[in-house]
Amino acid sequence: MAGNILEMRSISKEFPGVKALSDVELHVREGEIHAICGENGAGKSTLMKVLSGVYPHGTYTGDIIYDGEEARFGSINDSEDAGIVIIHQELALVPHLTVAENIFLGNETKGRLGLIDWNAANHRAADLMAQVGLHENPVTPVGQLGVGKQQLIEIAKALSKDVRLLILDEPTAALNDSDSEHLLQLLRDLKERGITSIMISHKLGEIEDIADTTTIIRDGQTIETIDMSEPESTQDRIIRGMVGRDLEHRYPARIDHSIGEELFRVENWTVHHPTQPDRVVVDGASFNVRAGEVVGIAGLMGAGRTELAMSIFGGTYGRDISGEVYKNGERIRTKTVSEAISHGIAYATEDRKKYGLNLIEDIRRNISAAALGKLTKAGFVNGNEELAVAEEYRASMNIKTPSVLQLAGNLSGGNQQKVVLSKWMYTDADVLILDEPTRGIDVGAKYEIYTIINKLAAQGKAVVIISSELPELLGTCDRIYTLAFGRMTGCLDVADATPESLMTLMTQERNAPATAGSDAEETHS
Amino acid sequence: MTGIANVRELLTRNMRTSGIYIAFVAIIALFAILTDGTLLSPTNLTNVILQYSYILVLATGMVIVIIGGHIDLSVGSVVAFSGAVAAVLMIKQGQPWWVGVLAALLVGLVAGAWQGFWVAFVGIPAFITTLAGMLLFRGLTYEVLDNISLSPVPQSYAKIATGFQNGLFGGNGYDVFTLVIFGIAVAGYVVQEIRKRRAAIAYKQTVGATPLFITKLVVVGAVVMWFAWQLANYRGLPNVLIILAVLVIVYTLVTTRTVFGRHVYAIGGNLTAATLSGVKVKWVNFGIMLNMGLLAGVAGVLYSARSNGAQPGAGNMFELDAIAASFIGGAAVTGGVGRVTGAIVGGLIMAVMSNGMQLMGVDQSIQQVVKGLVLLLAVAFDVWNKRRAGAR
Repeated sequence: MAGNILEMRSISKEFPGVKALSDVELHVREGEIHAICGENGAGKSTLMKVLSGVYPHGTYTGDIIYDGEEARFGSINDSEDAGIVIIHQELALVPHLTVAENIFLGNETKGRLGLIDWNAANHRAADLMAQVGLHENPVTPVGQLGVGKQQLIEIAKALSKDVRLLILDEPTAALNDSDSEHLLQLLRDLKERGITSIMISHKLGEIEDIADTTTIIRDGQTIETIDMSEPESTQDRIIRGMVGRDLEHRYPARIDHSIGEELFRVENWTVHHPTQPDRVVVDGASFNVRAGEVVGIAGLMGAGRTELAMSIFGGTYGRDISGEVYKNGERIRTKTVSEAISHGIAYATEDRKKYGLNLIEDIRRNISAAALGKLTKAGFVNGNEELAVAEEYRASMNIKTPSVLQLAGNLSGGNQQKVVLSKWMYTDADVLILDEPTRGIDVGAKYEIYTIINKLAAQGKAVVIISSELPELLGTCDRIYTLAFGRMTGCLDVADATPESLMTLMTQERNAPATAGSDAEETHS
Repeated sequence: MTGIANVRELLTRNMRTSGIYIAFVAIIALFAILTDGTLLSPTNLTNVILQYSYILVLATGMVIVIIGGHIDLSVGSVVAFSGAVAAVLMIKQGQPWWVGVLAALLVGLVAGAWQGFWVAFVGIPAFITTLAGMLLFRGLTYEVLDNISLSPVPQSYAKIATGFQNGLFGGNGYDVFTLVIFGIAVAGYVVQEIRKRRAAIAYKQTVGATPLFITKLVVVGAVVMWFAWQLANYRGLPNVLIILAVLVIVYTLVTTRTVFGRHVYAIGGNLTAATLSGVKVKWVNFGIMLNMGLLAGVAGVLYSARSNGAQPGAGNMFELDAIAASFIGGAAVTGGVGRVTGAIVGGLIMAVMSNGMQLMGVDQSIQQVVKGLVLLLAVAFDVWNKRRAGAR
């Protein structure tokens, strides 16, 4: 058996207020395919960024032993020089440049006079492409090729750098079945050639299929490393490792609440990718929420959760959107954001800073931003009333700030989220779609957000929570839908749901037989 | 929580807004000394206002464009084109002065609507749209003027920019009417400030200490009345100043108190967040460009009235002065931040500098160099200020 090419020993990494990694161990044998599994936010990507030098030596604690020696990477260039190449989920190719130009970008071989010999470069590019089983003209612009082929070009690019350790972050997330199969086969071929791969993936079937070893990471800690050749190394065991944690005292008790009539229903919702019209992002999804009910939508990265929500909320994502939206049993139009808001729908975005708040504006004006009409008389905004409203929410939502005239950008994540929630509560919305409402928020503030969600439900509002954190959904929801690869794969009452059953549904691939989802119809009523 | 802020806090809390006033006072003081007081003489003060009025009008619209995250390079050409159409109607067709005014405003609106259409509904960046507009409207100006200057405009038209309101109450060597109007304005200002302060206290916001507040009112009142005294000692209240005052008040209200104004800030601050909050981004962008067109029409009237005719090359480089005024006045390059009063003060800083250097007989070439450096430093200050805030 070959020795370890990589040993990451007790790696810890802190961000302000959050401990992203604590004493993580990762041991990768030379020449193997090593899978890393974990929920979103478990720390997988952070770990890979530490390894590849995105977070340079000194910003983390612990040792990286690479090829028998301690490695101290100061930048991506350092790790690439050592033969470590990372391929991110979002491909880093320049669409207008040719295949060859992309392959050698940042790594151009110069001839005499410091000029690039493009004939030689194209020739070499063709050779590298052949190695990954791609037969395209090296002068084709990358943008004209499909995502699967672009993924292969990334790998060809890695090969051009004499890669020894290849890291792939969810390489098949955006690929269809045949492209995925091709890619996995390529990884096996590379393994034959002695190239070690680390693959982050949510597709457990894939992992079972291809990985020699799997390391499971949860809450920034290594849970276990499994040898996949052992017979008990099943998908179930990985799922248990990914989700197992105690739920006690993290969630406020639900106030005695009664669930009323159906308030909101979406049927047959289909959405296509905005720039790749033939790619279906959400495929015939249906769900409903009743008054006073908290419904969860569980799905892993790339399952189409945000896309589902944003396409419903004024068609702010995607194209060729079809399906029906009902409110109180009547069909409504939600083609523009203002229509959606006027029907009492609110959507709090996943990324507060980028999409939810105007960071260079004060708290007061962020709160009033979606319902200025309520403060307006004869065309003028009543500034005093606005201030009073902001003060009211500061008190009731416990926004911790010296003044509502503070810029939203100066607040902590938890308080920013409270501002976003205040904004939507002020629109008098009764259907609230909250996308990852506690992402990047510390534990104490999370508890407060959950309390607010409970309060909203107690007021008879319909709340939809999109989250990839299963304990969060199990702790706050009445019912949980699962979304996998754009399709609703099930709907479980929280009493019947376990992290394992949800994860099974969330990783259920297309064409797989439905299992726990069969009781979905009963809970619809 | 009611709090009392001290001077230091008030000044540093918002360096972006207070810095500009400090700079303004410093520049006035500097040139007053360098010109042995000529800068502040009644005649010169009146001249500065008449000479730079159209830049201030343009800056008012431009700062809104910039807050929205856009830019408008075409305003100089629109000024020329609207003035040219007015002049042709009045001089060649013999139409009365008010037809000229309406025509110029209409031309401005149409130009604004044209550019607004491309920016808002087609999605062409304003930089490109207005670069095209700069060429297009300049070309149209040459076209309607047949490449030659037209003059003179009717007396009543010229009066808009060169006339004065005076003599209503007489006075001995000075104009009482001017003093009365300014007196009323100062009283209105004081009442407004007191009401604002009371409301702030009622809503438990931090306010400045009382002596400080009174000092501020007294200083502002004294400076304004001194300015009125200077005007009254020359020819009284210029018409242009009345137009400017109305525009400043209207647009301060528009930007701070109307839904449209709020939406402009929201779009410039975070476009996606604004879209997801239900702001009708396209219509707001259209409104921004339409309004800029209208104000360019107003500036077109003022410029053609002051120059007593229309010239093919009128308004050249005005857009750059207006843009510079906005940025010196604290507008952020990335949008979302800026104030109408800031842009006006920014414009006045440019005006005082140009005028001061002219009085000193500084070479035209050196004037350009100084103006360029001031603009660069103002924006550098803004960037530095932002970095400082970000590092906190």
